[in-house]
Amino acid sequence: MDLLIRNGRVIDPASGIDGRYDLLVLNGKIQAVQPVIKPPAAIDCRIIDAAGCIVTPGLIDMHTHLREPGHEYKETIQSGSRAAAAGGFTSIACMANTEPVNDTAAVTRFICERARTQACVNVFPIGAMTVGLKGETLTEMGDMKAAGIVAVSDDGRTVADTEVMRRCMEYARTFDLPVICHCEDHNLSRYGVMHEGITAMRLGLRGIPPIAEEIIVARDILLAAWTGYPVHIAHVSTAGSVRLISDAKQRGIPVTAETAPHYFTLTEEAVIGFNTDAKVNPPLRTAEDRAAIREGLCDGTIDVIASDHAPHSSLEKDVEFDNAAYGMIGLETSLALTLALVHEGVLTMNQAIEKLTINPARILRLPKGTLVPGTEADITIIDPNQRWTIDRDHFFSKSKNSPLHGMPVTGKVLYTIVAGTVVYPFPA
Amino acid sequence: MELRQKHLLGIEDLSAGEISLILETAASMKEVSSRDIKKVPTLRGKTVINLFFEPSTRTRTSFEIAGKRLSADVINISSSSSSVVKGETLEDTGKNLQAMNPDLIIIRHPNPGAPHLLARTLEASIINAGDGAHEHPTQALLDAYTMQEKMGQIEGLSVAIIGDITHSRVARSNILLLRKMGATVRVCGPRTMVPLFIEQMGVSYVPDLREAVKDVNVIMMLRIQLERQQQRLFPSIREYARYFGLTRSVLDAARNDVLIMHPGPINRGVEISPDVLDTPSTIILDQVANGVAVRMALMYLLIGR
Amino acid sequence: MTQHKIIMDRDDIDRTLNRIAHELWERNRGAEQFVFIGIRRRGVTIANRLSKKLKEFEGVSIPVGALDITLYRDDLSEIASQPVLKRTEIPWPLNGKKVYLCDDVLYTGRTVRAALDGIHDLGRPEAIRLIVLIDRGHRELPIQANYVGKHVPTTKQEQIEVMLEEDDGIDQVVLVQGV
Repeated sequence: MDLLIRNGRVIDPASGIDGRYDLLVLNGKIQAVQPVIKPPAAIDCRIIDAAGCIVTPGLIDMHTHLREPGHEYKETIQSGSRAAAAGGFTSIACMANTEPVNDTAAVTRFICERARTQACVNVFPIGAMTVGLKGETLTEMGDMKAAGIVAVSDDGRTVADTEVMRRCMEYARTFDLPVICHCEDHNLSRYGVMHEGITAMRLGLRGIPPIAEEIIVARDILLAAWTGYPVHIAHVSTAGSVRLISDAKQRGIPVTAETAPHYFTLTEEAVIGFNTDAKVNPPLRTAEDRAAIREGLCDGTIDVIASDHAPHSSLEKDVEFDNAAYGMIGLETSLALTLALVHEGVLTMNQAIEKLTINPARILRLPKGTLVPGTEADITIIDPNQRWTIDRDHFFSKSKNSPLHGMPVTGKVLYTIVAGTVVYPFPA
Repeated sequence: MELRQKHLLGIEDLSAGEISLILETAASMKEVSSRDIKKVPTLRGKTVINLFFEPSTRTRTSFEIAGKRLSADVINISSSSSSVVKGETLEDTGKNLQAMNPDLIIIRHPNPGAPHLLARTLEASIINAGDGAHEHPTQALLDAYTMQEKMGQIEGLSVAIIGDITHSRVARSNILLLRKMGATVRVCGPRTMVPLFIEQMGVSYVPDLREAVKDVNVIMMLRIQLERQQQRLFPSIREYARYFGLTRSVLDAARNDVLIMHPGPINRGVEISPDVLDTPSTIILDQVANGVAVRMALMYLLIGR
Repeated sequence: MTQHKIIMDRDDIDRTLNRIAHELWERNRGAEQFVFIGIRRRGVTIANRLSKKLKEFEGVSIPVGALDITLYRDDLSEIASQPVLKRTEIPWPLNGKKVYLCDDVLYTGRTVRAALDGIHDLGRPEAIRLIVLIDRGHRELPIQANYVGKHVPTTKQEQIEVMLEEDDGIDQVVLVQGV
């Protein structure tokens, strides 16, 4: 079915478009973006009136955990893709820490096959850098790329051996696979369960110092400088990391970075009361760190906003804080939290859209994240002013582990369109 | 004045007025403990469960005696006999106990926040008898009671807490209580066992033991857990005892009328030398005696109506 | 509309306590061992005054103890606010002693019941006698006072407020109607 989206404010940072345009989709591809487009003669062209709404390239989340294979009780490729669609995402990249780990082409093929038959959005697997995420042996990145991975990452673990990390980067370069770094000095964070600061001290919980992240950020930047191959720093959480990345960029070192909405929204205080939904890795930090993350987003140090959607069930979360799993879900809340930055004047709408579309597309080398005619018609239509309240009981994700339950937000997805097909609202 | 809380999860939740009420009530309970017939009918028909996931003799016994002196039925469940070994979650253990309709559950658990988890899911009142390195509110209250009994009041006192501050729920609860009641607190110990941001709890850090005990009214020694050595927090027992153990010669730097406290159990000869233990300044057994009165007071205030 | 009626003033109270003190001494002459125990708080004040009067009249020192009955009450679950516990101070053995239990008002008898239980836990007195300033009737238990300052017929809707100088700054007994 063809589509005509009329009267919306079209924002496509990649092509510099921001204004009232009509947008025509034919055969699943963007046909035209023009001030006024007459409905074509074709009979079954659906017309969407987007007056008062924002029409953007389909949002891309380059950091999610879909839990399939292995932990389907938390999330599946199907449920995760529905959560993504409800959150405005047309493409998601899923991390390798499934069970089994996505460290062979066979697992990659399984994920791609499931995605093809079950997912309502584009799913791009990310392969492990080392076998079993153990930080020891390189994975068969060539085979995995042929099977469909778009990047490599040991997310959840840092490759502790710097020599191994160097070889991972060099080997990934052979296949032009982006390298995504989870930065954590596991020796420094070994006993910790939350940010090391006043709150941890008061709660008697053991702390993870910010330098546990920063030491590895610095290391990976140095490796990027030495090898000349870019690294992408995942889920930046500290002011020190922002500074390191900013300095590196100024010196021309090829580094990009992402943060997750919770790091620019919440602080360590969300843990007070031993709220396991606020247990996440890296941990929620201080108000100063949050301010630095916001600044880093604004000045371009941080390129991407990614959800780090990490579903867990009550089995992992309704337990003692020390024993609870790390992670919170985010696919259905990321856009609203990002728009909050726009409403607060931290980011322009263009900056916000850029960090959710073209920037992750470029880092992952995907021909997406733009509305240039000829590209696949992945489109998100957003009412930026609609107020709603985050409600864990209305998530499409299988899991409910969000500390944002009950938070009033502004800005809601009206339509998520993948290759010209409306996938959200879900067909009846 | 009444206790506003249904639970006692930590000193953090108590106001200075509530702390005073607990201490005042404890004084009446101490009178009951001094009688020939050490029993009053106040909690007749109430059920109290001691749910202990860590070994403890003193605290568990103290709660048990407190409950019995108030005529409550007290049941002890310790981790070796509980379902935990069978893989039951804390929440499920709690729900099963709740089904038997207890009025009060006293929980000791190695993880911070475990009592809060029970308080969120159960009907019964909960007393935190120590949750990991978080809080041990009844210990702080009995320490406060003992200080008040010996010194008249807590306001204006100067207290030195010595040892492993980082991993000590006793230190945390005492710091919170003493600050609320207007005492000044300094902490002393190897820096590996003192939190980085300790000053933000309103206390000062003094690395030298002799400096730390100078001019204070109370010296509170903490138990050093020997397994901390494996975590590389101090090199040897010998060196710990030498620099942070309370000996006669260290006491020479302190006031003559200084009181020495310890939450027990003591590593004799490590954090306190035997000759110090036998001086009249040492009031460790008063602490134990007062523990029963304070716990009776809390039981009365939480479920005595 | 509430009405306050003063039914005893300072002189009335003093006269009444004098009378009780004399009567009590009359019946106990022979220097038997006896003690006063006041029920907190105004019962303690009454006990103290009686002891003082005996000192004045007869030159004898009768010890006064204070009993807090909170831990023995049967209505803890029914009253709106939890009573603050006060210390029981009876620092001598009761075995073989004759106890004069003092309270300000005798009403349902439940306070006295609790006090009897409390005294029992402290020892086995030879006898217990009850002294009250006001008996307002409406007993719910088979309890009678041995010495009564004044019988005041009341309805259950009325209240008796005993105020004593030491506790309340003034000596008077007020009947409050239409509460």
